[in-house]
Amino acid sequence: MNFKCKFKRQFLSGPYMVWIVGFILLPILMILYYGLTDSAGSFTLQNITAITEPIHMKALLLSLKLALLCTAVCLILAYPLAMILNGLHLKRQSFVVFIFMLPMWMNLMLRILAWQLLLSNNGIFNTVLESLGLAKVQLLNTSSAVVFGMVYDFLPFMILPIYNSMSRIGSDVIDAAKDLGANTLQVFLKIILPLTVSGVISGIIMVFVPALTSFVISDLLGGGKVLLIGNVIEQEFMQSMDWNMGSGLSIVLMVFVIASMAFMNAHGNEEGGAAVW
Amino acid sequence: MAKELIHLSHISKSYDGTLVLDDLDLGIKENAFVTLLGPSGCGKTTTLRLLGGFETPDRGQVFFDGADITSLPPNERKLNTVFQKYALFPHMSIAENIAFGLKISKKSKSYINDKIKYALKLVNLDGYEKRSVDSLSGGQQQRIAIARAIVNEPKVLLLDEPLGALDLKLRQDMQYELIRLKEELGITFVYVTHDQEEALTMSDSIVVMNQGYIQQIGTPEDIYNEPCNAFVADFIGDSNIIDGVMLKDKLVQILGVTIPCVDTGFGEHQPVDVVIRPEDVELSDPPDGFLEGDVASIIFKGVHYEIEVTAGGYDWLVHTTKMYPVGTHVGISVIPFNIQIMNKPESNDEKAVETGEF
Repeated sequence: MNFKCKFKRQFLSGPYMVWIVGFILLPILMILYYGLTDSAGSFTLQNITAITEPIHMKALLLSLKLALLCTAVCLILAYPLAMILNGLHLKRQSFVVFIFMLPMWMNLMLRILAWQLLLSNNGIFNTVLESLGLAKVQLLNTSSAVVFGMVYDFLPFMILPIYNSMSRIGSDVIDAAKDLGANTLQVFLKIILPLTVSGVISGIIMVFVPALTSFVISDLLGGGKVLLIGNVIEQEFMQSMDWNMGSGLSIVLMVFVIASMAFMNAHGNEEGGAAVW
Repeated sequence: MAKELIHLSHISKSYDGTLVLDDLDLGIKENAFVTLLGPSGCGKTTTLRLLGGFETPDRGQVFFDGADITSLPPNERKLNTVFQKYALFPHMSIAENIAFGLKISKKSKSYINDKIKYALKLVNLDGYEKRSVDSLSGGQQQRIAIARAIVNEPKVLLLDEPLGALDLKLRQDMQYELIRLKEELGITFVYVTHDQEEALTMSDSIVVMNQGYIQQIGTPEDIYNEPCNAFVADFIGDSNIIDGVMLKDKLVQILGVTIPCVDTGFGEHQPVDVVIRPEDVELSDPPDGFLEGDVASIIFKGVHYEIEVTAGGYDWLVHTTKMYPVGTHVGISVIPFNIQIMNKPESNDEKAVETGEF
């Protein structure tokens, strides 16, 4: 390789490098700086330790609880769905995958706003309940509504990696297991389940992380009554204008995100997820 | 002769309206090495999958040891399959792969360990217990697939083109290996292949199939020396297949010349297919021989030369150990014993032969 050629090729990655430095690296450094200083600019750990304040702790625990709940519901829904999908005839398969993906191409905000209307006191669900002579139910502005919105939003991210890992199991491997005497349940427990673990793990990461950090869904469907750590951080930045506190809490949240990803990655390689991104 | 272990009775099977097997009837004897041979799409793999229980026939029954097993699921059949692409379980070690069937049938730990050792020894892979599937070559994976099947002591081992993915040398080694295994185990092998050489080398009995019909069943010698129709003759080894007319018993006319043969009972002035193996064609200096022609091409094949001679308007394929340069004027002769006469296809069954891929 001659030097000139090598240099020119590296030059091509220039715009991307600018993007990374300007919009990913620099903001992270700024968050680290703000998070570790006070308003006067001197070093402090106060913004980090602020997570132990009851209101912040409560928001963090609620976030963890709702994110776990959302992940669990997604997993319970997605695994059988992926199995059904995998069992379909090939032509129909791609169509059904397309149907699942369709909502993902619409703006998140739009979809959540639609749910806000549907779940509201005068929304379609309560109208139906009323016409049946039943009492109205408070749907909007509850934790359940937030979890529901998250599940609705993140379900495809659970289905696709599981479906991917499932579709990669050759039919002859299943046949071989049956041939060696395994019944349907044994085929599932000894072959299908172990071979889809990697897909399940990527699915969990891809649902749990955005669910943990989400604030738009809780904002719109929780109506300010469901305060997640994401909402707290947003308020610190937007309402209190306390960038130091917001950054400090962001660092704590980031640690949780990285820890959960590291934990999951340690329990299997992430092959299932790569196919989705 | 040994008793019949498997019987496929009047089996028909179609996929999406395409008939794959039509009224197939086949018996397989105990301890035989039976090969289903035919071009792709001839129904041989479907036949094997019917035996394994992965397909159910549209019509007909499958009998095993006298019992009707047509609707028995694969996990309840006393036979095991070696799949074309090995189909090893990628998340298990070699030992776990081999132990799979034994664990399912709840054998004791010491029994399983003994069996793993025995099976690995049998396929010449002792000490591979802890290895992962990925770390093995194709040939090794195939041998593990065989080991995994035979530890269950099946009465019949079904093999679906097990050597298809291996290179030539390995394939030949594995052929001997399989023959040895069959002798040692003393069980029935049903082997599917499209490779006629493989079939001739290993089988006790060959079933030649085309387009869902059985064309001929016989020993390798029968199939090669006495093919019953033009398809079999063409599929098993190379052949010269020439349109001819049977003038009377022991006299046939091809390409305008009348030559003696040994076949009788075809009637008089009956159109027939005349099959002559390339190694049976003798070249000589004209005017010897019943036809004269010119050498069109010559290829060195190692043991022999493959020569194409244009004579009487037909391109003759000739195998000979003597070298004839292109353009040499030669005479062609064949001794009567080496001329095979076959009826032209008449029924629908036989017509399938003619529309084959070859």
